[in-house]
Amino acid sequence: MSIFADASTRLVIQGITGRDGSFHARQMIEYGTPVVAGVTPGKGGQAFEGVPVFNTVAEAVRETGANTSVLYVPPTLAAGAIYEAAAAGIGLVVCITEGIPVIDMTKLMPFLREHGTRLIGPNCPGLITPGVAKVGIIPGTICAPGRIGLVSRSGTLTYEVVHHLTRQGLGQSTCVGIGGDPVIGTNFIDCLEAFQQDPGTDAIVVIGEIGGTDEQNAARYVKDHVTKPVVGFIAGQTAPKGRRMGHAGAIISGSSGTAIEKMAAFEDAGIGVMKRPAEVVTLLNASTEHRG
Amino acid sequence: MNLHEYQARALFKAAGIPMHDGDVAATPAEAEEIARRLGGRVVVKAQVHTGGRGKAGGVKLADTPAEAAEWAKKILALTIKGLPVNKVLIVPAEDIATETYVGLIMDRETQRPVYMVSAAGGVDIEEVAATTPERITKAAVDPRYGLLPHQAMTLAFTLYQDFNQVKAAAKIMGQLYRVFVENGASLAEINPLVRTPGGQILALDAKVVIDDNELGRRPDLALLRDETAEDPSEVAARKAGLSFIKLSGDVGCVVNGAGLAMATMDLVKYYGGEPANFLDIGGSSNPEKVVNALRIITSDRDVKAILFNIFGGITRTDDVANGIVAATREFTVDVPIIIRLTGTNEAEAITILEGVGMTALNDMDEAVQRVVQIAKEAA
Repeated sequence: MSIFADASTRLVIQGITGRDGSFHARQMIEYGTPVVAGVTPGKGGQAFEGVPVFNTVAEAVRETGANTSVLYVPPTLAAGAIYEAAAAGIGLVVCITEGIPVIDMTKLMPFLREHGTRLIGPNCPGLITPGVAKVGIIPGTICAPGRIGLVSRSGTLTYEVVHHLTRQGLGQSTCVGIGGDPVIGTNFIDCLEAFQQDPGTDAIVVIGEIGGTDEQNAARYVKDHVTKPVVGFIAGQTAPKGRRMGHAGAIISGSSGTAIEKMAAFEDAGIGVMKRPAEVVTLLNASTEHRG
Repeated sequence: MNLHEYQARALFKAAGIPMHDGDVAATPAEAEEIARRLGGRVVVKAQVHTGGRGKAGGVKLADTPAEAAEWAKKILALTIKGLPVNKVLIVPAEDIATETYVGLIMDRETQRPVYMVSAAGGVDIEEVAATTPERITKAAVDPRYGLLPHQAMTLAFTLYQDFNQVKAAAKIMGQLYRVFVENGASLAEINPLVRTPGGQILALDAKVVIDDNELGRRPDLALLRDETAEDPSEVAARKAGLSFIKLSGDVGCVVNGAGLAMATMDLVKYYGGEPANFLDIGGSSNPEKVVNALRIITSDRDVKAILFNIFGGITRTDDVANGIVAATREFTVDVPIIIRLTGTNEAEAITILEGVGMTALNDMDEAVQRVVQIAKEAA
């Protein structure tokens, strides 16, 4: 079992013929993801690695029954492509693109809610249900099927933690990268709620970073609603105040959003706090025994 | 991207927000000339990307043009929180009856622009927010409709009793919203918005932060960047497409991905070292980026050892290895380099490095422990 992506996923790739899109399309197809369509305006009627390409998402949905979309579209066009997917009735849109103006995202979010579309990202690595479906850019080779759910604001730091899990025999139900921007479609709580309900997930790993209050809110949610063991990590303990650490959302403003504040919130909620990524398995084992 | 006050003032004025005329000076002579043109008492304000200017002696009153020149000379010689003052703003001094605060921020939680206004202006608004949050009124704006008239009035009524002043403040609320959305800001702030003894409502300060993601489609705003107000190594890094922040330690870090870069810095600290920088080479596989990264890090004389921490996904580790080799051919790297890489094309990367007598580690903790130890021995 898994969250958001499973055997019923029928994936359409927006921007399938582009430089990044074609590269990652091949990887997703090779992984065994059910890729049913591609969309590149002006290239409708062509095929990519045997996958039919359409001019619009609506056509792709009509012809192939696509229900999930992943976008490899430049930042100036990405918001428009998300509107298109939602308007075409796509239920889950994953946006890898980095650099979408935040003001555009604020206008987009109410539209998505009205259309009942879940967005993951932007500026995220996407998600993977190991052995079943890879929607995005998380390397399939580091993952293994299993019962640990993982949600993260980061990309390569996620890989680091997944790598430790897989090497030490703990497979994953689903790994979700929610993205490092200030306004994102799916947050920690959405994923925690889904993992809590997923019978295929036994324990949850949360990887946060400095900036904002998402981790504090997640901690409160865990305290009130999550009965499965949760362990967490916060990146940016050594980050200076007021400096944006790469991600648009990773900035300590004033006295809020610090790693110390977030780690304390985790501890208060009974979340096992990793001091370094390599501790993930030890802590998971300890918290499973503790709660188990 | 932070704007200077004088740049933010220009955006405010273009939107019609009432403000005094003023001008910016880079020399005492220019300051004197501006003060003479404005006439009367003026304020000389340091233009620098940090708060606490007043406490640092960067804001001074001058009764005469000669006095304005004197203060300009002193302020232009200041360094405030490590940042040099290259320009001063000269504006007419104003008598103040009340000071209020009007801010508009991009709020992550509501995913909307949110107004924060308070009759307790002028002072540290964060302090007010932390200790007496009830003195701040908030209003979230649906970006599809913009600031609605009743929202503007409701906010303005929390600041003033006189209806003419309320109407003036409501109009300013709307103008500030225009500044915010038309320039893709993540913050637009008036602190203080003042009432003069004559009952006029005026903005005495202007602060705007532009969403970095906006700069790609707004070259006019990108031009406002003041590179003289930044660390030169950070300017060089941005031009090379790297995300870089200089810190005070001696372990240089080159990492792919912001989250992993932060986690690497944290691990350096965990094992007793001090990171010299945050550096994210991004997701692309461009050996040239690695060359530029090494050039920037080795230009910091405090760096005693350099750590590469690369987790190959989209980033191909052989590209990074090629970049390291190319850099050592282009210029002398006279500090030890510890390389940790794993993931995409790892075997090829190791072959490339071994070809020039270098080695790579597979484990992040091991690599960090090694680099911290080497930096300590060199110190």
